[in-house]
Amino acid sequence: MVVIADRQAAPCLGGETDEAPARRALRAQIARLEHELASLTAEVKPRDGVSWPIGGENGPRLLGIGALERVRDDLAERLHEVRETLAARAAREAEKRALLERMLRDPARHRFVRISAADVGEPGCGVWHVRPRLGLIGMLMGWWQVKLSSGCPLPRPAAGPA
Amino acid sequence: MSAPPERESEPRDGHVAEELRAELPGLGVVSLRLPAPRTQRSPKGVQEHLDVLSTRFRGADALALRQRPVPHAYRVAFRHVGLDPDATRTPIEAAAVERLVQGGFRSRGLLDDALTIALMETGVPLWALDADAVHGDLWLRLARHGEQLGGEPEGMPLPDGQIVVADAHAPLAPLFGDPAASRAARKGTRNLLLFALRVDGVPLMHVEEALWQCVGVLDGA
Repeated sequence: MVVIADRQAAPCLGGETDEAPARRALRAQIARLEHELASLTAEVKPRDGVSWPIGGENGPRLLGIGALERVRDDLAERLHEVRETLAARAAREAEKRALLERMLRDPARHRFVRISAADVGEPGCGVWHVRPRLGLIGMLMGWWQVKLSSGCPLPRPAAGPA
Repeated sequence: MSAPPERESEPRDGHVAEELRAELPGLGVVSLRLPAPRTQRSPKGVQEHLDVLSTRFRGADALALRQRPVPHAYRVAFRHVGLDPDATRTPIEAAAVERLVQGGFRSRGLLDDALTIALMETGVPLWALDADAVHGDLWLRLARHGEQLGGEPEGMPLPDGQIVVADAHAPLAPLFGDPAASRAARKGTRNLLLFALRVDGVPLMHVEEALWQCVGVLDGA
């Protein structure tokens, strides 16, 4: 690769040449954080409400130490938020799975409780619902059961003008 | 009278300004000059290629895209120059989103289709310039005070210090951005100058492969 000096456009890196190793280290940290964030992308679901953008400069430019630190810190913060969100969801799902097990063991003690597949981290639109057998009779007799709904509703045409 | 169309036998590795080379050692521009295709519309074979890519590329692939080495390298490069790839999408992620929104890669003319095919097959973004409107070799440098995109008075003013792809006279495109309309390949262009941006983590051979993929599609039409 040919390298030529462009003396008319000196970069505004706000530092001396001895800051170059620090900038290199910051770029390596940014690459590592980006890699870790990328590895979590597939685990995040839309309902987690994670906002990915961290904001950037107005156009591509050479970043000084301050700007690189800002990018590094914002990425680290975003990574922390994503991990916290995933951990909180995992805890919520574990709690719901435990409740589902209790529901299945003893439906009568969990009357009308509903748990969706999404609540326990499973795909689909199924819902476990504790309901009385035979409606009112079941309610009076204490015959409770867990029903699993069949899944996602069928698509319907959009409502047009009457 | 312009020179007869000619094709370079090898991609050309462009110049990089010293301050850029020192700070971003993997950054580079690779270009290839070739005659523009005589037809504007994509033949059936190219449209079928786009269909195959559409079928191959699904939502799960879009999610996993940023974990693949080449798209990941471009995301990191975006971060290193201050762009947020989640706000200003990398070219392959922009194409992926378009594929998901539109339900497929739509044909938009032979040149655009060839660029899309090369991008999706290799992950390396390419752009096409009107070779007869480019003076000298391409190089990467910082924009100077008061410069405008395309070097014309009506061109978009460039912020001082922005990284640009330039020729001997003027900045032609911001780094990772679309070229100035006056310099981009368009209807009536006789010679093309394809260029790809190389970043740290993407081997030169891979970038050249992207250029040859694009040339292969144009030649096959």
